Amino acid sequence: MLNYIGRRIFQLIPVLLGMTFIVFLIIRAIPGDPAQVILGQQASEEAIKALRTTLGLDNPWYIQYFEYLKGLLTGDLGESLRTRTPVADEVWPYLAATIELSVFAIVIAVIIGINAGIISAWFQNSWFDYLAMIIALIGVSMPIFWLGLMNQWIFSIELGVLPTTGRENVRDPVDVITHFYLIDTLIQGNFAQFSIVFKHLILPGTALATIPMAIIARMTRSSMLEVMRSDYVRTARSKGLKMFWVVYKHALKNAIIPVLTIIGLQMGLLLGGAILTETIFGWPGIGRYIYEAIGFRDYPVIQSGILIVAFIFVMINLLVDMLYGLIDPRIKYD
Amino acid sequence: MGDRKKILDVKGLKTTFFTDDGQIPAVDNVDFHIREGEVLGIVGESGCGKSVTSLSIMGLVPSPPGKITGGEILFQDKDLTRLPEKKMREIRGNDIAMIFQEPMTSLNPLFTIGDQLREAIKIHKRDWSKKQINDRAVEMMRLVGLPRAEDLMKEYPHQLSGGMRQRVMIAMALLCDPKVLIADEPTTALDVTIQAQILTLIKNLNEKLNTAVLLITHDLGVVAETCERVIVMYAGKVVEEGPVETIFKDPQHPYTRGLLQSVPDMRFKKDRLYSIPGNVPKPGTIHTGCKFAPRCEFAFDRCINENPDLYQTADNHKTRCFLFDPKEATAHDRTAIKS
Repeated sequence: MLNYIGRRIFQLIPVLLGMTFIVFLIIRAIPGDPAQVILGQQASEEAIKALRTTLGLDNPWYIQYFEYLKGLLTGDLGESLRTRTPVADEVWPYLAATIELSVFAIVIAVIIGINAGIISAWFQNSWFDYLAMIIALIGVSMPIFWLGLMNQWIFSIELGVLPTTGRENVRDPVDVITHFYLIDTLIQGNFAQFSIVFKHLILPGTALATIPMAIIARMTRSSMLEVMRSDYVRTARSKGLKMFWVVYKHALKNAIIPVLTIIGLQMGLLLGGAILTETIFGWPGIGRYIYEAIGFRDYPVIQSGILIVAFIFVMINLLVDMLYGLIDPRIKYD
Repeated sequence: MGDRKKILDVKGLKTTFFTDDGQIPAVDNVDFHIREGEVLGIVGESGCGKSVTSLSIMGLVPSPPGKITGGEILFQDKDLTRLPEKKMREIRGNDIAMIFQEPMTSLNPLFTIGDQLREAIKIHKRDWSKKQINDRAVEMMRLVGLPRAEDLMKEYPHQLSGGMRQRVMIAMALLCDPKVLIADEPTTALDVTIQAQILTLIKNLNEKLNTAVLLITHDLGVVAETCERVIVMYAGKVVEEGPVETIFKDPQHPYTRGLLQSVPDMRFKKDRLYSIPGNVPKPGTIHTGCKFAPRCEFAFDRCINENPDLYQTADNHKTRCFLFDPKEATAHDRTAIKS
């Protein structure tokens, strides 16, 4: 098992290396110059040139790339051109905000999605099945920005029960420890603040959960339908086992593996692809962080931000692959 | 034999499948009974309704589309067709247990053998201690002839051969001392040598534990070896019923005769094996008259227009064929069919 994990992590090196190379080239292909952006439209030629030299941007691109790789090998993610602080030092609050939101969203998506899928399969062709699958179909095809805006309009503006944007009440900021605000407020025992932070999570969280929830529900349903027809489910019933346990123990454990794959992929997508949702809900996450860096042509931030997201994505998928082995004794890693 | 108590009595059972193409009566007015400790065989081709009969008894007919639409299944003075699901669950695996055709896929691949055996006991013996449950499972594994029972408890189904898995299934079925064991083609998927072992095992357990066995098969050899009494089914109906020796020595229904003729006989070398002409009627085709008539070489006009009853031809021997209708005896020479 350890051998397998080691090999998988070793295989990640060329993947991540190739990714840094592509990102490096693409962002330099975008027109625009960081020095120009930093100094503004009125800056003189000389000033821009001087800044380019200071930032190391006058070197050929391959020198810059090797400098960047050299830094990565020593654990240096580079320095923001704009703020002049190391990316490694400033990225965590953004990353934590995104992780908190993504985990919140995926938990909603998994709990509702899996159960809706199970019940749909259990009572196939019932009104619940039809209703759940119609909602799931709408869910996968709904533009998320539209859903987000509608929710803001209904729950914040019309009903006034939930905040529109942000992570916290700006007049009463959270004392930061881990940057996971739910955890921070819990550690401090500040339940009033916890509930405020939780309320801030609901709208972006449900908006973000919609597509994964629909995909998980549909996947669970089709996987369960197949398993429910299997011989061992009939055996479990012939023992006199309650239908609930037949479904949630014998069938679900067999049906869950393809669903896990989907959950892993969706979790990865949420971490990296939540830019739109983070923008609509003013969520200070990694998507916003990278998006703003693109505006400033802040090359190191873009490169390392994407690298971090990609790294998390592949690690989640490695985790999912290892979970298969825990669930199914026939899957062996060696 | 006749004085043993009837333990399961099926009367006029009708199980219908409601499909888009119409209603298909998979089991059509079937009557039979099993006595305590008896081994009863049900023989017939694929699709004749023998498996649906067994699933009807277990209350496990896939629904929708299947449904029991008539008749009763009496077990200990209770009609199983009218029992609520909760009461039915108490009987399943406890009083009536079942083993299936496919040992390779009948065990859940993700749980250990021990988990699955213990679960079968836990459902019905809620007051048993963990140790009692475990001991019972191990004891049963030994009884069905599984070596190193304790180690096997920790193993997963994929680590066992087909024969061993079927033994596990049998052990699982017998854990709660059922009064009736339904074995639906228990040896079909196994090697010939293993088949014989499993049949011997079922027979031995029947004698040792006095469990009545309903053995469903398409294999007449299996019936000859294991059963006391046999029912021949064709297209959802019982066409002949009687003690095994009688059926083999004096088969009456042309279908039964056809079945017996199509068994290879080692004593005579034949170039081609006999096969009954024609095919089993497609389920759901509307039919008047005897369902076997289109394939029957003895069919006459009455067979095409009327439905034959089950005629008593001897003690314990019944046949659904007009050739054995006492009123027809003079018109048709029964010796013709006997030769």
